[in-house]
Amino acid sequence: MFKVRVIPCLDVKDGRVVKGVNFVDLRDAGDPVEAAIAYDAAGADELTFLDITATHENRGIMLDVVRRTAEACFMPLTVGGGVRTVDDIKTLLRSGADKVSINSAAVSRREFVKEAAEKYGEQCIVVAIDAKRVKRAGGSDRWEIFTHGGRNATGIDAIEYAQEVVALGAGEILLTSMDRDGTRQGFDLPLTRAIADSVPVPVIASGGVGNLDHLVDGVREGHATGVLAASIFHFGEFTIRQAKDHMVRAGLPMRLDP
Amino acid sequence: MTVAIIDYGSGNLHSAAKAFERAARSMEDPQAIKVTRDPDAVYRADCIVLPGVGAFADCRRGVDAVDGMLEALTEAVRVKARPFFGICVGMQLMATRGKEHVITEGFNWIGGDVEKIEPRDVSLKVPHMGWNTLDMVREHPVLERLPLGPKGRHAYFVHSYHLNAANEADVLARADYGGPVTAIVGKDTAIGTQFHPEKSQRFGLALIANFLKWKP
Repeated sequence: MFKVRVIPCLDVKDGRVVKGVNFVDLRDAGDPVEAAIAYDAAGADELTFLDITATHENRGIMLDVVRRTAEACFMPLTVGGGVRTVDDIKTLLRSGADKVSINSAAVSRREFVKEAAEKYGEQCIVVAIDAKRVKRAGGSDRWEIFTHGGRNATGIDAIEYAQEVVALGAGEILLTSMDRDGTRQGFDLPLTRAIADSVPVPVIASGGVGNLDHLVDGVREGHATGVLAASIFHFGEFTIRQAKDHMVRAGLPMRLDP
Repeated sequence: MTVAIIDYGSGNLHSAAKAFERAARSMEDPQAIKVTRDPDAVYRADCIVLPGVGAFADCRRGVDAVDGMLEALTEAVRVKARPFFGICVGMQLMATRGKEHVITEGFNWIGGDVEKIEPRDVSLKVPHMGWNTLDMVREHPVLERLPLGPKGRHAYFVHSYHLNAANEADVLARADYGGPVTAIVGKDTAIGTQFHPEKSQRFGLALIANFLKWKP
């Protein structure tokens, strides 16, 4: 039976985990490879690294992190952040990433999604969508695409954009609600459901998880096939296993392999 | 003993090599894992691994682009009867034809076409991306002691096409995704998995170890 995925996400800057990971006794709480190994052992279904390194010179550090992770962890790994060219994708995949997530480069140039999917296959091209609810005078609210961590409005409708990138070859959508990100109030369920129901590819819900019921809601109400969370796992509030056990009790099919 | 992992530019080469190295280390008689694009090394190897991700036609072009590789591979597997392990598109290439976007010839080691999966339940997403259990169709040494079935372990899949085998005898295991999906094929000294053993944690490493122990 096919299972729902629980995906921890690590923000990495200059080769270090931002704010660190404190859920288990790590020698170095800031080492992304150690954190990855711990999540692998804990039964995470996938792992996502988001590279928030600002300078171009330090981007090579991430490739080394990916390479060392792939040597130690035999689990699926997605890497995003600063992916702008087909060459960026090539070096990440060759370093051991299984999927690459594209964000603003797809907003500014949609054809990039097509070029990437044609070259490496739709299965490894994730398009990350950051969406925010926008009030429209005289009309109904809608969700629009924002870039640069939610600061830059684009005026692009999120549902139309999702359909467009999927038609161009995105094999998965990583959907983050910029309204909910960091709030611990749960996923934006109407947004998640609107996107998930309008594209044929898997949608991963992200942004706002504060408790384990939120993970259940993301799948049941949001129709996501996977749920991504960061802080509830990193700071030891809940283990991956506790999250999965909770989801099993709620009736969701989960992978509990030792 | 040497295991040749064919390097023809496939994205999962690094992960596959590392997983085979890890599995080999756990064995009594560790085998040397060699990543190579030298047809002669493939011809001389004791067993051969063909990784593969991306589109069928693109992977086929990749194999053809290495001068003499297909001949060496065919000779080693089909004539010298060396054990062979195809992963994902590496497995799909064992089929007669691929029908992803365009019709492309496969190696025709296993009769059948590689076709789009079409789950009966329309709420199921394509690609089939994530963890699924496996149902055994036929016993095989590479499946020995692996916990299969609905309560068994999971394998990691990422694909939109699968090998629709013409002969039931060539299918070792299936997954269910709104209908049957071919998960493992096996014929003579060749096996192939649609899922990624190199990404399937302990279950994947156990399968690779079984393959390395296999003396067909």
